[in-house]
Amino acid sequence: MYAQMVKSESTDESAEAIAFQARIDAGEKIEPKDWMPAGYRKTLIRQMGQHAHSEIVGQLPEGNWITRAPTLERKAILLAKVQDEAGHGLYLYCGAETLGVTRDELTEMLLDGRMKYSSIFNYPTLTWADMGAVGWLVDGAAIMNQVPLQRTSYGPYARAMVRICKEESFHQRQGYDIMMKMANGTPAQKKMAQDALNRLWFPSLMMFGPSDAESTHSEQSMKWKIKMNTNDELRQKFVDQTVPQAEYLGLTVPDKTLKWNDEKGGYDFAEPNWDEFFEVLKGNGPCNTERLAARNKAWDDGKWVRDGMMAHAEKRKIRKVAAE
Amino acid sequence: MTDTTAYFEFLCRMGDNTLVLGHRVSEWCGHAPILEEDIALANTALDMIGQTQMWLGLAGEVEGEGRSADDIAMLRDAWDFRNCLLCEQPNGDFGQTMMRQFLFDAWHLAMLTELQNSSEQRVAEIAAKAIKEVQYHVERSGDTVIALGDGTAQSHERMQKALNLLWPYVGELFTPDAVDTAMAEAGIAPDLTKLRVGFDTHIGQVLSEATLAIPDSNFAHQGGKSGFQHSEHLGHILTQMQWLQRAYPGASW
Ligand SMILES: [Fe+2]
Ligand SMILES: [Fe+2]
Ligand SMILES: [Fe+2]
Repeated sequence: MYAQMVKSESTDESAEAIAFQARIDAGEKIEPKDWMPAGYRKTLIRQMGQHAHSEIVGQLPEGNWITRAPTLERKAILLAKVQDEAGHGLYLYCGAETLGVTRDELTEMLLDGRMKYSSIFNYPTLTWADMGAVGWLVDGAAIMNQVPLQRTSYGPYARAMVRICKEESFHQRQGYDIMMKMANGTPAQKKMAQDALNRLWFPSLMMFGPSDAESTHSEQSMKWKIKMNTNDELRQKFVDQTVPQAEYLGLTVPDKTLKWNDEKGGYDFAEPNWDEFFEVLKGNGPCNTERLAARNKAWDDGKWVRDGMMAHAEKRKIRKVAAE
Repeated sequence: MTDTTAYFEFLCRMGDNTLVLGHRVSEWCGHAPILEEDIALANTALDMIGQTQMWLGLAGEVEGEGRSADDIAMLRDAWDFRNCLLCEQPNGDFGQTMMRQFLFDAWHLAMLTELQNSSEQRVAEIAAKAIKEVQYHVERSGDTVIALGDGTAQSHERMQKALNLLWPYVGELFTPDAVDTAMAEAGIAPDLTKLRVGFDTHIGQVLSEATLAIPDSNFAHQGGKSGFQHSEHLGHILTQMQWLQRAYPGASW
């Protein structure tokens, strides 16, 4: 997901912590000024920060195609999408700031590698069909996780999700629309569409994170309602939704073991290569180096701009005081 | 020059300006100095691509040969482009991008203000729609020029450099040629020389607040809007912009 493998802190047995858990169990929303366990705060900062970073880094693989979009309309749609993603980053940073961390602190942690972003954005976008596949699969997988997060216990996070989800489902429809055009287009376009699915299928399944059986962090986060479903549940739901869509496109999901299972009412499917996943998290994905370098360059090159704007704002303040 | 030819040329000038500058601005996507600027730059580019669709769509209708806005944008070579040279200049640093934007926006605002009274109703309608966006663009680019000009010593120096670099590309916007004269006579577009006074007042005010000095030169590069001689940059823009349409002719996207 946009927040993967988020390490959860533990709670304590104080009276406050017990009362806090009771509020969550009763479905109440926790607001910034409310008391909360230090572990809850820390875990949420990690999760919301990682989610925000994913939106920001996520601009890059799609931004890669804006200047090459094939029509004016496609260019406009892609620009609007990438602009939305930056907006999502902004709401999420603002949400995280209510927990007592600044956007600049979070940014520094992204840039020096202390914080992560979703593994998916370390894969390259190689053809125009990837703009379709990213919307369809990547935004599609993100929605699977984010729709339930609209009910998460932390108020600012839940509200950010409501806004974000509306836009994400729009992105997914637009991505699928590109896939339709490509899959029903010329043989070369159809080949691009199949190639995009071949490359992005397993990385999309990885977005949900490894099986919860292997994930030690899930349990506490689920109690706190900052994680609403298990990774496996969401992955299954995603596969069940996506396979018929691929069939409708006339494309083949690159998994020979894929098979409908009547008994469980869902598909059986192959696990992604988790060794590859852990390598990507370690920095060894195909684009980790470029993505982090691009964000670092933007930040470093922009320093004089941020300094200039701050200096100007200061001057104005002083002038205003002097005039009064 | 027949009326239709001049009118078509004029519409291509309007549409190619926003197409090429919109392309340039979109190159920033994901690389801006602040998140808010990423959003604002994408938004500006998006507005300009929308304006391009209107101008070039009308150009295709006026030409009457069945070309769509996309055909005109994606399937012409550099010599058929009619954007001014300012729009195709490279982004440089963020300051250079915003200075280019401000100089263009200030001209664009003056132009669209007059085009709202065009004798061609379609032109007046497009101008009325576009001007709402451009008022916002110029406010934003102007504020950024002021903030960075009157910021730190370093930001001031960079903005002055950007202004010096881009100043020779301003004159083309106001130098009428046969197309402009035909448009002015038909009441379709204003007399460009008359726009200059308002433009000078507008930028004079912003640049002085930005503590920047307008270069003491009237030299103006020419050749963009006539298509006679673009810069070397345009061809590289087109190799990116048109690549898919050229590599897969006739495909629908
Ligand atoms: Fe998003
Ligand atoms: Fe996204
Ligand atoms: Fe999205």
